[in-house]
Parts: sequence; C-alpha cells; structure tokens
Amino acid sequence: MRGDRAIAAVTDATFRLHRGECLALIGESGCGKSVLASALLGLLPGNARTEGHAWLGSGEADEARLDLLAADERTLSRTVRGRRIGLIPQSPAAHLTPVRTVRSQLRETLRELTGRRDGEEAAAERAAFPADHLDRHPHQLSGGLAQRAATALALVGDAPLLLADEPTTGLDRELVDRTVDELRRQVDRGHTLLMITHDLAAAGRIADRVAVMYAGRIVEIADAEAFFGEPGPRHPYARGLLDALPERAFTPIPGMPPELGDLPAGCAFAPRCPRAADACATVPPLADGVACHHPRSDRA
Amino acid sequence: MLELRGITAGYEPRRPVVRDASLTVAAGESVGLLGPSGCGKSTLARVAALLHRPDAGTVTLDGEPVRGWRHRAPREQRTAFGVVFQQPRMSADPRLRLHDLIAEPLRATGRRAEAPDRVRELAAATGLTADLLTRRPHEVSDGQLQRACLARALVLRPRWLVCDEMTAMLDASTTAALVAVVEDYRRETGAGLLAVGHDPVLLDRWCDRTVRWREVQEVQEAQQVQQVQASQKEALR
Ligand SMILES: Nc1ncnc2c1ncn2[C@@H]1O[C@H](COP(=O)(O)OP(=O)(O)O)[C@@H](O)[C@H]1O
Ligand code: SF4
Ligand SMILES: [Mg+2]
Repeated sequence: MRGDRAIAAVTDATFRLHRGECLALIGESGCGKSVLASALLGLLPGNARTEGHAWLGSGEADEARLDLLAADERTLSRTVRGRRIGLIPQSPAAHLTPVRTVRSQLRETLRELTGRRDGEEAAAERAAFPADHLDRHPHQLSGGLAQRAATALALVGDAPLLLADEPTTGLDRELVDRTVDELRRQVDRGHTLLMITHDLAAAGRIADRVAVMYAGRIVEIADAEAFFGEPGPRHPYARGLLDALPERAFTPIPGMPPELGDLPAGCAFAPRCPRAADACATVPPLADGVACHHPRSDRA
Repeated sequence: MLELRGITAGYEPRRPVVRDASLTVAAGESVGLLGPSGCGKSTLARVAALLHRPDAGTVTLDGEPVRGWRHRAPREQRTAFGVVFQQPRMSADPRLRLHDLIAEPLRATGRRAEAPDRVRELAAATGLTADLLTRRPHEVSDGQLQRACLARALVLRPRWLVCDEMTAMLDASTTAALVAVVEDYRRETGAGLLAVGHDPVLLDRWCDRTVRWREVQEVQEAQQVQQVQASQKEALR
C-alpha cells in the first residue's frame, strides 16, 4: 500500500455460511479475499479497522453466538481460533514450525486444545497424513504432505468452521485435486468450510456455493452447480473469469483490477465491463445474489 | 531450430537432476513441456535458454552448436532468448522501477536509445499504465510484475521464448492475458516457444504440441530397462 490513506479493502460483504456446506470465495488476487478471512479470525494488522458484524453461531436465537468483529483478542485466542474456527493456511511450509517434527507440533496443539497427551496418530489420520512420516521435520515433506500436516493441525480442535486461505497455491494440478478432495471429505463429515481461492477449477470441484469478489465487494453469490454449469454466472465479471479458463474461451477480461485505494465511482467493474451503461455510475447493491445493474438473465 | 540432445545437468557433482534428456523445438513452433514439480523441467529449460551449463549433451541453436553458457555464450546466442520465470519477485531487481526493469536488457547491450519507444510499445501490449511503470516491484501485484517481466523478456525481440511456469501464481484472467501477449508476439515475429508447466489443460490449449517429461527422458528409461534386464540375466546365470 502506498502512503497512509485509509483504504477499504473489503466493503459491505454480506453472506451466510450454512452448516455442513462449502462456500468458495473466488476472485483475482489482491481483490480483498484474504483481508476478509483475516478479519474473521481477528488477525488483521493493528492499523486495520472493521465495521459490521460477523456472527458465529447457529442463528439469531443462538445464545452463544459471537460477533467475531467485536470480540477481543483474549476471547478469540482462547475460544475461537482452533476451537470454533480452524485455519488451513496458504503456505503450509511457512505455517509449520521448521525446527520441530510434525508429531511434536500435533502433540502440542492436542494438549492445548483438548488437554490430551496422546492421539497424534489419530489426528494425522484424519487428514490422511501418513503415520510413518510423523517424526519428520517440515522441510523433509513434499508440498502435498506439508499441506496435510497443516490440515491435520487445523482439525485437532474439531472446530465446526474451517477456513482455508488459498490452500492450493503453487501446487501441481494432481496435488490440487487431492488437497481439495481431502477438504471436501471434512465437509462431508459435517464441517463447514469457507475456501478462499483464485483457482476456479479447485472451487468448481469442492464448492456447494460460490461467492465472487471484485474490488472488495461480493458481486455474485450462486449455487456452484448453476454457476459452473448451466445457466452460468450472471455478473459480467464472473462470466469473464470463467471465460478466461483454458478449457473455455481462454480470453482475458480486458484491463486490470483497480487499485483498492483508487476505485472508480459507481460500479468498480465498469471500465472493464462490456455491458456498462449510464446506470452503472452508481454502485449496484447485491440483490437476489448479484450486484449488477444489467445482470445476464437466463434469456440474454 | 532449438535442439537438445542427451542433456545431463544438475547442481552437485555426480548428482544430476536431469539425465540424458532430449527435446526439439522447430523454428516458430510452440512446445509445452509438462511434468510434476521437482522433476527437473526448470533445470532443462535453463539449459535450453543458455542459463545453466549441462554436464553432458549438446544444444544446437538455429544450426549452430552452443559452446558456452551464461556469460560464456556469445552475445548473439544469449540475446536470442527471452525468458520468463514462475516467481516474478525472485527475478526482478527490487530497486528498479518497472520502466527500467523492462529496459534493462537494452541498457546491458548498449541500445539504451531504443528504450523509450520499445518500453512504450511493450507497456501497451502488456497492459501496463504509465503510473505502473513508475513503481517499484513491491508497489505492484504479482500479476502486474509478471506483465513487466514478460515485457522485459520481449524487449530485445528474441527469436526464442522460454516461459517456465509463467502463469503458475496467477489468476485465470491474467493467465489468458499473458498467453495472448506471447502469442501476439510470436505471430508478429515467428519466434519459437518452450512453455514449461504442470497444467495439461493450459499447455494443450496454448501450444502446438505438449511433451511429457517421461517422453523427454525416454531414451534414458529405455537404457535403464536394458540395464536392469542385463543385470537380471547376469543374476540368473
Ligand atoms: N539452484 C539449485 N541448487 C540446488 N538444487 C536445485 C536448484 N534448483 C533446483 N534444484 C533441485 O533440482 C531438482 C529439479 O528441480 P527443477 O529443475 O527446479 O524441477 P521442476 O522445474 O521440474 O520443478 C529438484 O530436486 C530441486 O530441488
Ligand atoms: S453494474 Fe454495470 S458496469 Fe457493473 S458489472 Fe453490471 S453492467 Fe457492468
Ligand atoms: Mg520449475
């Protein structure tokens, strides 16, 4: 970021995650996805500010529901991170402690979150981490095994909500598929998963629903099947993203995403949008799953 | 034609990471080299681009055998290549503004005078605005920096392009945009391309043909099979 102006990295993000589903949050890198994730975990840098609510719980009637944005650090570290929300990090190698074996890291996390003094094998097993690699250090693991080790750590506290931030960046396609399938298994076991990714193929493979972010705003939320299949995305940006895939038209969206500190007035996508018109000079609200003045209808 | 024959290469004596690999790219052709990470494809790509001297084997460039790598390569051969790597941050001097980053090869070859025009052309082709050209690498996104690295690779109008996982860190739209820049350049100049990657869908869509790593090393595997068979016969005797 340049200078010391206040920059809105995420604006007006509203969405609901249902128990036992996977919501994929997709968008180009730098669009604000990770800022949103960090906000939920109270991991934003000290100079960051947030407004709004992020309710964790089963609904408005839930007495134990907690506003993550209002919670203090002590609450977050003692009752939320690892226990109610498990974080599967972007680069597992960097997240694991380099000087300690996978077993010792699992043991410490187990003791901290569950009070147990054993269970490393079972914890490793849940993320398909091979027991005979438990005594290895992170640098002795392949990218795929490091990812599983990080996933095993995230699962120790049996947190109902899992948050995966770009868990497949830089992995080979085969490894992407394996990682994604392992995460999906957690969802099928009843976990709720928010997966942040710019990899559309990975999102298509795992998600029940998709939220598309552009310039810090959620511009479309849709059922994954309808989004990746028929009738396809309704927001012009989301359509452009899918059309850029090599298995589709392989045509880029013209131009580049705007700087978050220097957004155009009105719809931020307008300078790149083939459907832009006068109405687009005002910011379109998210209505019926799409924030656009001229969304594609099933007929268009 | 770019021809690699029987290449063995590595980083430590007697521990090659590429063994007896062979690969040919015809003039104007685009070839995708597909393999899992760590198999040695980047090492082979660096040998092809004259950036890494092999321990054995020959490279022939447009009919001329290559006799030296890196600074030992004659300038005419060295500048025949434009190379783009996976990690723009590791291959870009953090002190240079994007404008100077793109122009750097011109300066290094004493053609500084061409810089203003050439940078303007390439900035337009890669979608970099005048504002972005004044920034340093830490002030731009990975995608923007990779656009500048691609512009730098094209600045000397190379006859050959080597793109090593150029888009592995990038989103779908930026990937399609950078591939389109490469293909426009090739259409205009007839340059040949070696694109290294691990995504078969991308390489198949992009390139005239895609070769798998094991095909590149086929000769070696065939030899190993023969050796194993020979030693089995030996053991049976
Ligand atoms: N600069 C280096 N020094 C030492 N070893 C290296 C270096 N670069 C790559 N290697 C090793 O060589 C092998 C092949 O690497 P590389 O050619 O980068 O594979 P790929 O591009 O297929 O992922 C790997 O085991 C890697 O760790
Ligand atoms: S609001 Fe207008 S400019 Fe924005 S995406 Fe919709 S049609 Fe395009
Ligand atoms: Mg490589």
